[in-house]
Amino acid sequence: MTTTAKRFFGQGLPGVDPATLRGKLIVIEGSDGSGRTTHINLLRDWLERSGYATEEVGLKRSMLVSEELEQAKQGNTLGPITQSLFYATDFADQLENKIVPALRSSFIVLADRYIYTMMARAIVRRLDGEWVKQVYSIALIPDAVFYLEVPPKVLAERIYRKNQLLDYWESGMDILRGGDMYTNFIKYQRMMVSEFKKMQQTYGFDVVNGNRSPKLVSKDLQAKIAGILGNGAELGQ
Amino acid sequence: MMMIPQSALPGRLIAVEGLDGSGKSTQIYLVKRWLELEGYKVFFTEWNSSLLVKQATKKGKKRQLLTPTTFALIHCTDFADRYEREILPLLSAGHIVLADRYVYTAFARDAARGCDREWIRKIYAYARHPDLTFFFDVPLETALNRILEGRPQLKYYEAGMDQHLSHDPVESFKLFQAKVYKEYLALAKEYRFVKIDSSRAPDEMHREVRQLIQDRIELPRYKWRTRQA
Repeated sequence: MTTTAKRFFGQGLPGVDPATLRGKLIVIEGSDGSGRTTHINLLRDWLERSGYATEEVGLKRSMLVSEELEQAKQGNTLGPITQSLFYATDFADQLENKIVPALRSSFIVLADRYIYTMMARAIVRRLDGEWVKQVYSIALIPDAVFYLEVPPKVLAERIYRKNQLLDYWESGMDILRGGDMYTNFIKYQRMMVSEFKKMQQTYGFDVVNGNRSPKLVSKDLQAKIAGILGNGAELGQ
Repeated sequence: MMMIPQSALPGRLIAVEGLDGSGKSTQIYLVKRWLELEGYKVFFTEWNSSLLVKQATKKGKKRQLLTPTTFALIHCTDFADRYEREILPLLSAGHIVLADRYVYTAFARDAARGCDREWIRKIYAYARHPDLTFFFDVPLETALNRILEGRPQLKYYEAGMDQHLSHDPVESFKLFQAKVYKEYLALAKEYRFVKIDSSRAPDEMHREVRQLIQDRIELPRYKWRTRQA
């Protein structure tokens, strides 16, 4: 595996030297229904088959606050700043206890969403973009970010096929007044897409067309990741 | 949301800061009682008390899961919950809000734990600064003695044991409090805290505190206008 020096977005974590982090941090971003989780699983199988050790992180998976965050979400009682900071706490716990140790041991960390989702959510809730950026200046800059782009109407259809129910927060029900959940879902997802498009300029995401068969998308992702790992030849495609 | 909100609100915010054992909680309680009994609209809030977040903080502390960064963020989350739901709306409604510890507690403690000072200030940028911040200043030794006499069982984070300053909790507490105190002294200058000499008797201190509040805040504006139901 080729190693390039890691960097933090800002001042980073006290006591952590990014030069000691030898693994790779690969982020998959995208809305619910974009196939994120499917592709994380496929990538994990593929990487492990090739002998790479992997670690997986995602939203609301910290030991510290995941339960409390879930509880709070059920009650709709969190203000937007509180909600933002709660997610930041969840992220920081995983950053320090999972991401950093795994990278130190040369693992490949697959992140099922990263700070970008949290930043977009905060911005569509009209929080100050600069503030959110500062909060997340502790984060590591990933080696690659793949954004699975899928039109909102396709997202809704995929979710309905699986669950018959849209998520309250993913439909922006806390910020959109009037409108049924489907209408709001489409509206909210469009707002999120436009934030992601703006961030793409700043952070250089790799936009992947997620509106194709899983097989094609996966092949695409594998080819790109093989390039990052620097020895694609060893990886079965 | 604007960074460091500046627009005037009808309410007034008074905060007390200082080391554990500086007597600040006693004083803010006396202020609360005085204003309540005189018929003023007053609201009291204390550090680390959001029902929603406290549960997670408690667990994190008990299982020693917190790093300086997550310690900072979880306390900032707790504060944000109280700020969004209580402090800000009550200031908008024209109350006198009394805060037992405010953002400066985080500035002092998190910096003592090694967090970046700029970053800590930035994560709290949504909070307005108080109209009046009292700093209860007492020699470090006195504060330590007050705490160590009354309550020899020190908690892990309270004693700064996460900083690995010493294996002995009492020794660790002393070293950690010294660091916090140093941060406070710098903050007192930076944010123009009103220093109260806290080596005196509570009633003597309270006379000074009351006088300062009367001088700085136009109290009659904060009387209840409705009758009690």
